[in-house]
Amino acid sequence: MNLHEYQAKELLKANGINVPKSKISNSITQTFEIAQQLNSRLVIKAQIHAGGRGKAGGIKIINTPQEAKEFASFIFGTNLITEQNKPHGQPVNQLLLEETILIKKEMYFSILIDRQTESIVIISSQSGGMDIEEIANKNPKSITKEYCKINMELTSSQINTLTIRLGIEKKLFAKFKKFLISCFEFFKKSDLSLLEINPLAISEGDEIIAIDSKISLDDNARFRHPEISNTYDWLQIDKKEVEAFNSGLNYIALEGNIGCMVNGAGLAMATMDLIKISGGLPANFLDVGGGATSETVSKAFKILLSDSNVRVVLVNIFGGIMRCDIIAEGIISAVKEVGVKIPIVVRLEGTNVELGKEILKKSNLNIISANSLTDAAKKSVELSALEN
Amino acid sequence: MSILVNKNTKVLCQGFTGKQGTFHSEQSIKYGSKIVGGVTPGKGGQTHLKLPVFNTVKEAIDETGANATMIYVPPRFAAESIIEASESGIEIVVCITEGIPVTDMLKVKQIIDSNNTILVGPNCPGIITPNECKIGIMPGNIHSPGVIGIVSRSGTLTYEAVHQTSMNGLGQTTCVGIGGDPIKGLNFIECLAMFEEDPNTEGIIMVGEIGGSDEELAAEFILSNIKKPVVAYIAGLTAPEGKRMGHAGAIISGNSGKAIDKINSLKKSGVWIAESPANMGQVMAQALKKIK
Repeated sequence: MNLHEYQAKELLKANGINVPKSKISNSITQTFEIAQQLNSRLVIKAQIHAGGRGKAGGIKIINTPQEAKEFASFIFGTNLITEQNKPHGQPVNQLLLEETILIKKEMYFSILIDRQTESIVIISSQSGGMDIEEIANKNPKSITKEYCKINMELTSSQINTLTIRLGIEKKLFAKFKKFLISCFEFFKKSDLSLLEINPLAISEGDEIIAIDSKISLDDNARFRHPEISNTYDWLQIDKKEVEAFNSGLNYIALEGNIGCMVNGAGLAMATMDLIKISGGLPANFLDVGGGATSETVSKAFKILLSDSNVRVVLVNIFGGIMRCDIIAEGIISAVKEVGVKIPIVVRLEGTNVELGKEILKKSNLNIISANSLTDAAKKSVELSALEN
Repeated sequence: MSILVNKNTKVLCQGFTGKQGTFHSEQSIKYGSKIVGGVTPGKGGQTHLKLPVFNTVKEAIDETGANATMIYVPPRFAAESIIEASESGIEIVVCITEGIPVTDMLKVKQIIDSNNTILVGPNCPGIITPNECKIGIMPGNIHSPGVIGIVSRSGTLTYEAVHQTSMNGLGQTTCVGIGGDPIKGLNFIECLAMFEEDPNTEGIIMVGEIGGSDEELAAEFILSNIKKPVVAYIAGLTAPEGKRMGHAGAIISGNSGKAIDKINSLKKSGVWIAESPANMGQVMAQALKKIK
């Protein structure tokens, strides 16, 4: 679960980490007023859940309230398209206005979970401002990684290594140690999956300040942190994804025209891959879960059909404990209820598969029963090309 | 022969009296697994599905001699259940629960490692040795005893591999669903090593997906440690970057976790690649024919 930069900074501040003085604006008028109040040279930043905002024109330095107003009128309500969220971009509904800071040193700093060592890893580099992939390419030797077990404190040796490798001046040692410990404790207690501060700066006034920050909360830990979870900006993701989330379905919108409904995340990905191999493009990832009932199938159809690109729906279900005849009946009642007009290719496999196919055949609906997974992909691709 | 579980495995169920625990315990009993009782705190002394209910795992082990447990406990309590099982000295813990916070799993891993507990999952279908012992939510009837070991990060893709190897007459020794979470118990390498040791297993199917580097590590391990033919299918060639594809662990971040890199490393180690999820059984049959 991603947070906006301004939300990340509010949390950092609450956890004892310095951030620039700032205010969040929700409208053009408010932007003008805040710029007047802050009354200095400001940096104004579009709030979206994606990086690459600077290059895409979402960040601007402004010198007068009038300039702030002009930038706000230009950017509010638009979709900001960056390298990370192309081709659709994400809507700009909030702007962060922040005082500018005189910086003498910029660094990269992040904390995340390392799957391989099953520990928390702190990553730092003196090459601040670039993203970590770029640092890894251009200056891999500048990267320091310290691994910490979940139930341990940071050791003095780890703190020293990070401090020295980042070239922190001696007079700032104590401040930097406090910064490290605050970040590490904040990461653990809030169940974060990512805490990135980039750049992390030393100001002319010798303060350690988080200039930009990205925070993600572990989706599985939302229940423990309602205060963070409730601030999630649903407008940042596809409407269909929001609806799916509320229906307990896993859905991700893609660019193709073959709608997919599958039980199981792995099989759903495999189905997308098979469509691609067969010469088509999937419109989505959709996992209806292990116990696909008639209600979940109905909801799934509604979401799939709200995507106007979809020309054909491929239903791929491996019936295990849920028998294929029950699934076939579920599909039929869902198709009738939703009023599906485009062709539906169904591939059923597993328990009572023959009975399931028989039920689909007798339904007299626009349902094409496939003999195999390969056959289903092939038929869907053919139909998607026809209907164009 | 088989790995990890067989007809002598005595199985407990944690979350026994809940809806999921009840349903899947019934299915396991019907299949012929030796389910010896269950644990639901506060309901000790009761009888459920004609079996005794205990307040703690420790009591249950003392009374029944159980050596394995399956966990159907909601995500916010599941980590505690794994820890309790491990601290009570049980050998094998199978955790079906999806949605356990990552930090909980980090804590769990430290404890189970120090107790030498074997953990399968979480967020997995479980483990089955056909006609002997079914611990989990997989449909029993698609399995048939045979010669293929299956290890997989995905539930329904495991069923595909099982179905295909049942249909072409190869059958399975044991199928292990290791689960879709980033921090988990058994991984590919441990399962591959056990299948290599098992005299009845003639070939191994591994099903991987995007996210992390477990498949790359498995590829390295296979190169120097596995002599039996390995067939791999990796899901997610068309998955977009930065999006979590259903499973908590299925995410491409930056340059890491891509399906194509996993496939290439496995190919380099001489692993047979099933290009389509529909061909895992067929490729396994070819691989076995070639070595005979």
